[in-house]
Amino acid sequence: MEENELIVSPWPHIRSEVSVSKIMWSVVFALIPATFAGIYIFGYKALEVVLLCTSTALISEALALKVMGKDITIISDGSAVLTGLLLGLNLPPGSPWWISVTGSVVAIAIGKQVYGGLGFNPFNPALVARVFLLISFPVEMTRWELPHPILSGVDAVSGATPLGALQMGRLTGKGLGDAANLNLMDAFIGNIGGSIGEISAAALLLGAIYLLYKGYITWHIPVSMIAAVFIFSGIFWVIDPARYASPSFHILTGGLILGAFYMATDMVTSPITTKGQLMFGIGCGLLTIIIRMWGGYPEGVSFSILLMNALTPLIDKYVRPSHFGAKKDAAGTI
Amino acid sequence: MVGLDNADKKVTDFLGGIHPPYEKRDTEGLRIEKAPLPERVIVPLSQHIGSPCSPVVKVGDHVRKGDKIGETSGVVSSPVHASVSGRVTAIAPFPHPNGRDVLSIVIESDGKDEWGDGPPERKDYLRLDPGLLKEIILEAGIVGLGGAAFPTYVKLNPPKGKKIDTIILNGAECEPYLTADHRIMAERPHEVVEGLRILMKILGVDKGYIGVEENKPDAILNLKKAASNGSATGVQVKKLPAKYPQGGEKQLIKAILNREVPSGGLPMDLGVLVQNVGTAMMVYRAARFGRPLIERVITITGKGIKRPRNLEVRIGTRISEVIKECGGFSGVPGKVIIGGPMMGMAQYTLDVPVVKGTTGIIVLPKDSIVFEEDRACIRCGMCVKVCPMGLIPNMISIYSELKQFDDAVQYRPFDCIECGCCAYVCPSKRPLVQLIRHLKSELSTKRSMAG
Repeated sequence: MEENELIVSPWPHIRSEVSVSKIMWSVVFALIPATFAGIYIFGYKALEVVLLCTSTALISEALALKVMGKDITIISDGSAVLTGLLLGLNLPPGSPWWISVTGSVVAIAIGKQVYGGLGFNPFNPALVARVFLLISFPVEMTRWELPHPILSGVDAVSGATPLGALQMGRLTGKGLGDAANLNLMDAFIGNIGGSIGEISAAALLLGAIYLLYKGYITWHIPVSMIAAVFIFSGIFWVIDPARYASPSFHILTGGLILGAFYMATDMVTSPITTKGQLMFGIGCGLLTIIIRMWGGYPEGVSFSILLMNALTPLIDKYVRPSHFGAKKDAAGTI
Repeated sequence: MVGLDNADKKVTDFLGGIHPPYEKRDTEGLRIEKAPLPERVIVPLSQHIGSPCSPVVKVGDHVRKGDKIGETSGVVSSPVHASVSGRVTAIAPFPHPNGRDVLSIVIESDGKDEWGDGPPERKDYLRLDPGLLKEIILEAGIVGLGGAAFPTYVKLNPPKGKKIDTIILNGAECEPYLTADHRIMAERPHEVVEGLRILMKILGVDKGYIGVEENKPDAILNLKKAASNGSATGVQVKKLPAKYPQGGEKQLIKAILNREVPSGGLPMDLGVLVQNVGTAMMVYRAARFGRPLIERVITITGKGIKRPRNLEVRIGTRISEVIKECGGFSGVPGKVIIGGPMMGMAQYTLDVPVVKGTTGIIVLPKDSIVFEEDRACIRCGMCVKVCPMGLIPNMISIYSELKQFDDAVQYRPFDCIECGCCAYVCPSKRPLVQLIRHLKSELSTKRSMAG
């Protein structure tokens, strides 16, 4: 054998099998139950939204890479598919086609590629697009449908989401308003109005368990975010349950479960240390409830995560892991 | 024996670390065998950390086994000896496992394998004067055999004001594939324990530990037997969790003593001296039999080796000959690594010799090697979780890429032990260790120029 055929490369010579694309595709895989739940509850129109978002995101990514002269095969890493899918799951089920297309282009081009691509974006791309759409096209982005499962024969009827009903009650001085009638089991299974992918807590948790098991997300951000929502909303509920919704209402409605497990956990835009991740999660939870209780929008998950994304560099600057040898031989005994 | 077992319970887990596939099964049960006499040896004049030796023989000279052929040239240095008897045929630069060409002495064996006139055998080695024992260790050319090859003699002379009160033998062997230390501890526990006692005697220390990962039960058992024999007091065998890098000096001290070497400090700041188990064996052989370090045990393994073995090989034997002794390659070799797969060096030629710091030769077949393009950091934080030093490797690597070397100082790059845990887990397949090393060397250059 020829000696010059030996491969010389730097150590370590063995590496774990985890890769960026494995992580991205696993998150896509974990979102399948929630995607199916959304399509089942809201019909084929929801499928159209999801497919349009995903394909537009992929095409935008390819174009962006081409324009910047980068390797185009990187689109196979699953990150663009994931961004498109997440955006689709964050849209109202009856969104017109141009909402999906505009949103996906914004997510990839402005949310991610202008910063230099995956790894350099400070904000979660799908959330950048969702908030962009919400501010620019408030009518289309708040036209919700009540559940009308496939094969049930029920037609799409517009109606308020539980959080929308809650805000209406607050603004009209009727306390909880229609939100008081929410069946929590319906909210857990997904038999409520809302964005395509956020309605079924059960389906979202199924995927989240898979991601936790694989180690692609850790409990720190979702648990601290949900715990903050639970405690903060619980304090107000204990004081005046006629005016404030219960903690379980806040946890099971809106985009909290989707946001906590799939968006706030985005590696690129959340802190790298576990201590920082706990702070990040608590911040997301508090801001969510502040916006839901006193803000101009009924839902605050997207805004809260984006705001905490902005704080991530600061958290990472000041929160450091405990460092070996930092103490001057504290134990000192054998 | 009962009393010794209790000692297992007080072991502290260190922070971070990884569990790579251990791949030790092929060789962990194989007895150490003597490799046949090589026809030719290439003995580099620099096999240790410190200044290289200067040759004390000329081309054409006849040397006998154990004769000193390279003399120390500075305070931190270590002599080298002829590992076969024969004729010096060249003194010239030859490829070294570190990747550079190093001035080396080539000896063609005369096949007689005769010993030269070395120091005498000494049955009363434990009663010798510490100064004489240190002299024996220096003259025997003993360096750390765990891979770093730091001269043992230097470690035995701590600067004034530093008092060593504890000696730890490193038998963790946490690198995957390698089993040489495992076999030494299982087959020659007496020599290891006696070596430790000599080191304890030299430094007047009464506490000695041998730390072994729990995946070597036979080694632990045999060492315990040897340690409880006769007058061997003060020697404790500690069973450690099997986790990489358990054999890192600082991690080992943390595990056994639950004390942390301060940032920027050395084990001696805690009064601790760490030596590899193979080094202790060599200390014993030097003191007891007057034998210099001319051979060592290495593991030759990997899917690319036909017959994996643990061999006792003469220093200077070319690895091509060693591989031949193991049945040659199995399939097409892709990488030939000297050392472990986590921190070893991939070789470009099979002409490099086995040196004092060589712990093993691992051959990975070509079809098993996956080449993965590295990409941008996605800030997943996996490197932070596994770093045994509690660093943020991804930030240091990014500063290194951006050439903002000074800005990285706040992330304590000099605490990095280069174990490779971060690169092992990195999903972006970034060359984190090399980026950090680059940054460290840039900063060091800057500092030495400023100073």
